[in-house]
This record gives sequence, structure tokens and C-alpha cells, in this order.
Amino acid sequence: MAVCIAVIAKENYPLYIRSTPTENELKFHYMVHTSLDVVDEKISAMGKALVDQRELYLGLLYPTEDYKVYGYVTNSKVKFVMVVDSSNTALRDNEIRSMFRKLHNSYTDVMCNPFYNPGDRIQAFDNMVTSMMIQVC
Amino acid sequence: MEAAAAAAAAAAAAAAAGGGCGSGPPPLLLSEGEQQCYSELFARCAGAAGGGPGSGPPEAARVAPGTATAAAGPVADLFRASQLPAETLHQITELCGAKRVGYFGPTQFYIALKLIAAAQSGLPVRIESIKCELPLPRFMMSKNDGEIRFGNPAELHGTKVQIPYLTTEKNSFKRMDDEDKQQETQSPTMSPLASPPSSPPHYQRVPLSHGYSKLRSSAEQMHPAPYEARQPLVQPEGSSSGGPGTKPLRHQASLIRSFSVERELQDNSSYPDEPWRITEEQREYYVNQFRSLQPDPSSFISGSVAKNFFTKSKLSIPELSYIWELSDADCDGALTLPEFCAAFHLIVARKNGYPLPEGLPPTLQPEYLQAAFPKPKWDCQLFDSYSESLPANQQPRDLNRMEKTSVKDMADLPVPNQDVTSDDKQALKSTINEALPKDVSEDPATPKDSNSLKARPRSRSYSSTSIEEAMKRGEDPPTPPPRPQKTHSRASSLDLNKVFQPSVPATKSGLLPPPPALPPRPCPSQSEQVSEAELLPQLSRAPSQAAESSPAKKDVLYSQPPSKPIRRKFRPENQATENQEPSTAASGPASAATMKPHPTVQKQSSKQKKAIQTAIRKNKEANAVLARLNSELQQQLKEVHQERIALENQLEQLRPVTVL
Repeated sequence: MAVCIAVIAKENYPLYIRSTPTENELKFHYMVHTSLDVVDEKISAMGKALVDQRELYLGLLYPTEDYKVYGYVTNSKVKFVMVVDSSNTALRDNEIRSMFRKLHNSYTDVMCNPFYNPGDRIQAFDNMVTSMMIQVC
Repeated sequence: MEAAAAAAAAAAAAAAAGGGCGSGPPPLLLSEGEQQCYSELFARCAGAAGGGPGSGPPEAARVAPGTATAAAGPVADLFRASQLPAETLHQITELCGAKRVGYFGPTQFYIALKLIAAAQSGLPVRIESIKCELPLPRFMMSKNDGEIRFGNPAELHGTKVQIPYLTTEKNSFKRMDDEDKQQETQSPTMSPLASPPSSPPHYQRVPLSHGYSKLRSSAEQMHPAPYEARQPLVQPEGSSSGGPGTKPLRHQASLIRSFSVERELQDNSSYPDEPWRITEEQREYYVNQFRSLQPDPSSFISGSVAKNFFTKSKLSIPELSYIWELSDADCDGALTLPEFCAAFHLIVARKNGYPLPEGLPPTLQPEYLQAAFPKPKWDCQLFDSYSESLPANQQPRDLNRMEKTSVKDMADLPVPNQDVTSDDKQALKSTINEALPKDVSEDPATPKDSNSLKARPRSRSYSSTSIEEAMKRGEDPPTPPPRPQKTHSRASSLDLNKVFQPSVPATKSGLLPPPPALPPRPCPSQSEQVSEAELLPQLSRAPSQAAESSPAKKDVLYSQPPSKPIRRKFRPENQATENQEPSTAASGPASAATMKPHPTVQKQSSKQKKAIQTAIRKNKEANAVLARLNSELQQQLKEVHQERIALENQLEQLRPVTVL
């Protein structure tokens, strides 16, 4: 389903980024990077007063020819970015939301681990993320 | 028997899947019969090193606690009895992972048995062979060897006998086979099996390898002698084949006996999930450690506490992180007792070289641990004994404790009390020695070390020193109990202690430096206020301030509702020092009653004036308290500096040595 999943820290550096087709990874990294601008735009558009009510799921950030990029921000400004294949039309919004929720939960679990220093690369996501990704033929 | 052998291999493979063998054999499933037979064989081989075969159950009882490895000698004999060529046997040994790990754990043993079955069925000796259904391996069993070996345990304590074992092994190989060259080149490979043999019965006292190797060598020498054999151990050569008829009968009998004993000891013995099953001693040790960090066995250890503790095990952070992920099943950032035991066990296993499993093994699941080792009674008993002995101490300590309990009431986390209560615990150790059935209260280091030794038979086989070191490292830091880091938002009990127990801080500060980090001083103003407020009642005990502080305390109490319960407790102390002890309960309602008329009186009088006066008084008192705190902290700092200088000197002394 997802082609690339990335977790970006508050300071906009990646904590975890993974994409399924191992070639062309750079392209996905670039897409994620550019999507950060869109994420910031969406966050700031909400306004300060609405911070509490701001929904965590940002929805479709922008579509490209081949891919669609979805975003999700936590209350601590940790961003999850997911790139999905455009050809995968069966993917509905709810599914994306649930995937983000799973990501968020796993991220929380990682945070709970006292041996994890916030700001380190996250090593523990792989199992969960591979379940979300499919092998793109 | 044969079916059991195959079953055991499958069980072993299943165990390997559980994480024992790492890159070794793949998971297998053993049939019931296979499992039975293999486990019996294994118990026999493991018990072979233990003692007289005549005492089946006691022997198994000795074997049971922590039977981790089969002694290499009986195993080798068993393999030879399968009448496979030595080369095949060596292949099998290699494949099952025994050579890699250096000993025959149940995992390896079962896999080896399955491989033997495969080889006997004509299949190539490969891991894939054992995946399919196989008949049980056939062994020309004779019970003679076991008897001989067992007959001499008493005489055999002592030094390593690697070389004698090697030679005897060589001899036996030659006897068995015509392929001399192969044997000679390969027989040295058997010696690693000999060197770390862990005789489970001995593990409580004696370095395993030593006792057994001696046993082995003498046993080998007695091979040709006639045997009474009840233990069906392998006798390679023709002598055994002479009596297959009678021996299987005896074999059966001993099988049944050992099997039944094994069954009843299954809970405690290390079974197919061998590396991941916690033995009794291990469990006790873990619970003791848990209690040293967190007196209440039913509550959690917070993440930071656990992190500090596990970091002492010197494992790498990613590994510790992974272990935490495995063991914190509910992902709440805190460890309950079963979670803690699982984590500790994983750490121990990792230190002994076991690769970490992919997932939490079933024997380490919290529910399983809860069910398998429910010791609420014991824990409660210990806990009660602690609380009982609390009043037995002198008054200052009582006051200390009261303050701590009051702090306990306030604190959200139960964690912060551990430093305080553990301090008490150390002082109480002498008083509750008799009360405790276990040796928790006694000198913590050495019994724990011996426990750890007992609890690690498999590890002992080839890394005994590292285990002891690991355990000691794990132990030493916990034993200096006061962990001042565990502060809470309100005034830390440490502060209270320092202010009010002039004698205690001296000792406490001496104990404080060992823990690596000084407590993060909670600086929120509320905590300061609260600490002032709490300290106020303490100060009020000083006769000079008694009168002043009472109205101050009133106001303080009035203005800081959350701290009320504590102040109520201390209120009567203002009036009389004797009331300190019963202050907690009785004074509570009394002070509450007295509290009520005061606000009304206050309202009637000029509020502002009094408020200002009380505020002034409050601030003065707070200043005094803070000044005292400051001086004491300075003292602490000096001491820490001195320690640091001492350590640096030591380092300097050591350095030139290494440079040379």
C-alpha cells in the first residue's frame, strides 16, 4: 500500500524513513522533504488558537503524477509522511487514517522505551512498517 | 525410546526457534512420544554427571534445578551408541550447534537426536532432514557407563581435566571406529564439549566443568569394567551389544522413573524453551533485585529507574532497547514484576551469549510468569516484615519514615520512595533476617552472587566469570540503596531527610556518591513552596519556632490544599515532640478539626495584616531552610569532589601501568 513512510522530527530532520522499492530511494526522500513545506503550511494555516482542535491527520498533501503524499502531525510536531502509489485507487482515506494511527501508536511505544533518546534514529519500526508496505512489482 | 528421540529433536528445534540456537537449526515440532523420549535421554545424560544412578528421583531432583546441559561424556556415549560413523556424529554435533555454543543444551541435544534419527534412516545429515517425520534414533543402550560415572562423583572434584578427557575420548573413538585419522582429527573437537559440561547437580557449589571432567576421565578408565548399569547410557563397543535384551528392560524402568521425575519437575527444569525459562533461583534473584529498586512488588519500576539499572549490565543501548521492547508488553514505559523478570532474564541470556529472540518467548510472557511464579504471599510477607519492623526503629528514623510516607502520599509515583525505603531496608536487614525465609535481608551481595551462580548453570558452563561479573555489576549498584535520583515534583524526601536527620545525611551522603547522577533538583516553584511548607512543620518542632509556625502553618495549609494531609500530620508535632509518632492518623482528624475554627477566626481579624506577617514569617523560615539545604548540599558537593579526585588519582596510577 504505502510506498514510502517517513517520520520527521520536530526540527525537520528524519527520524525514520523507509521506502519499498529500494531503487529510486532518493526520489522518495526528496518528495518527503518537499512535503514538509506543505505540512508546515497546513499547520500554520490553522492558527494558534486552534492548536488544540487541530486535527492530527492532515490528509492529502499533494498529488504527483505517480504518487500521492499524505501527512500527519502529532501534538509534539512530529510529522509522519506517507507516500502511496497513485495507481492504488482502492486506498481510501480511512485506511490511510488507520495506517497513520498505527504509526502513531508505534511511535508512542518507541517513546516509552527508556533506552530511546528522543532525537535518535528509530530502529524499532521496521516490523510494523513492512506490514504496511507491499512489494511493488 | 526411538520415537522419543525423534520427538526430542523436534522439541529441541522448537526450542531453537525460541531463540536458543540463533542461526542454528530451524523450528521443529516433536511428537509427544519423541518429546518424552528425548527429554528422558537428555535428563539421563545431564544427570549422568550428577550422582549414583540408583537414586533416580533424588538425582533428577538434583538435576532439575536448572538442568541446562547434558554432560558431554554421556552425550558422546549416546551418540556412539547410535552406531553412526564418527564423522557423521561430528557433523551432527556441528549442525546441532553444540560446538558453536560449546555445550549440549537441550536444544542442541534434541536436534542432535533428530539428526541421528535422520542419519540412521539414511538421510543426509542436514538441517532439512530433520524437518520431516522420522523414526526415533536407535541406540545400543547400556546402562553401565552411567553407573560408573555416577559411582565416583564424590572422589572427583577438582581441576580441569581437559586433556585427560581428550585422550579418553580419543581412545573411545578409536575403539569405536576404524577411521582413525578422522577420529583423531575430529576428536579434539569433542573436547570443547567436555570443557564446559555443566553438571546441574553440582552447579550449586562447584564450577561445573571441573567436577565433571574429572568424573569423566575416571569413568572412561573404568569402561572395561563390568557395570551394574541402571542408567541407560550409551556404551559404544561390542560389550553393549551383548545385552540389548536385558538392558532395554532396565532401560525402560529407569526411563519411566526418570520420565516421571522429569514430568513433575518440568516446571523448574529447563525444558525445550530452555534458555527462556526462568528457574526458581533466578526468579528469586530477579524479585530481590526488583524489590531493591521498588519495594512494592505489585507496582512498577519506572522507565528511568529500569534504564539506570539495566545499563549497568553493560549491554549496548540498542540491545537494551530491544530487550525493553520485548519485555514491556503493555508498552507503558514501566515494568511490573513479571515484565522486570522477563527483561532481566533476557539480559542475562544475552550476556551469556544467547541471541535475542524475535519475539518474547512464551515462558517469558507476563501472564505466564504471573501464573508460574505467583508469590504474592512471599512478597507480602516480606513487605509486611519491612513495614512491621519500621516501628521497631528509633524515633528519628520513624519520623524519617513518616515523612517519607507522607511524601509517599503526595507523590504520584511510587518510585521515589525506593531510595528512602531501601535505605531503611538496609538498616532493617538485621532486624528482619529471621523473619525472612529467603536471604534477602542478609548480606545482599554474596548470597545474590551465589544465587546467580546457582541460577546460571548453562552460562556457567563457559562464561562463569562473566556471569559473576555481570551479576556483581548488576548487584553492586543496587545495593547502595539510596537512589536520590528518584525525586518527585514535591519536595524530595531527600531534602526532608537532610534537614531533619542530621546524623542520617552523613551516612546518606556517603552512600549517595556511588549512584552516577545527582538528583535532578526539581525547581518548580510549587515544589519549593511545598518543600517549605513541609519543612515548616518539621521546623516547628524546634521549640523556638513552635508558636510562630503554627499560624504560619495554618495559612500555609490554607493556601496550599494539596499539601494539607501532610501538614495535618505534622501539626501536632508543633505542640509536643511525643506526638510525632501517632501524628499520622490521630492528628489528622484532630488537626482538621482545629483547622476549621482558625479560618473563621482569621476572617474575623484583620486579614491583610496577618497575612503579611505570616508571609514574612514563612519567607524567613523558608530562607532558613534553604540556607541549611544549601550548606548541606555544599558539603555533599565537597565530598563528591573528593571522591572524584580520589578516582582520578586511581586512574592516574593505573594509566602508567598500561602504558608500560
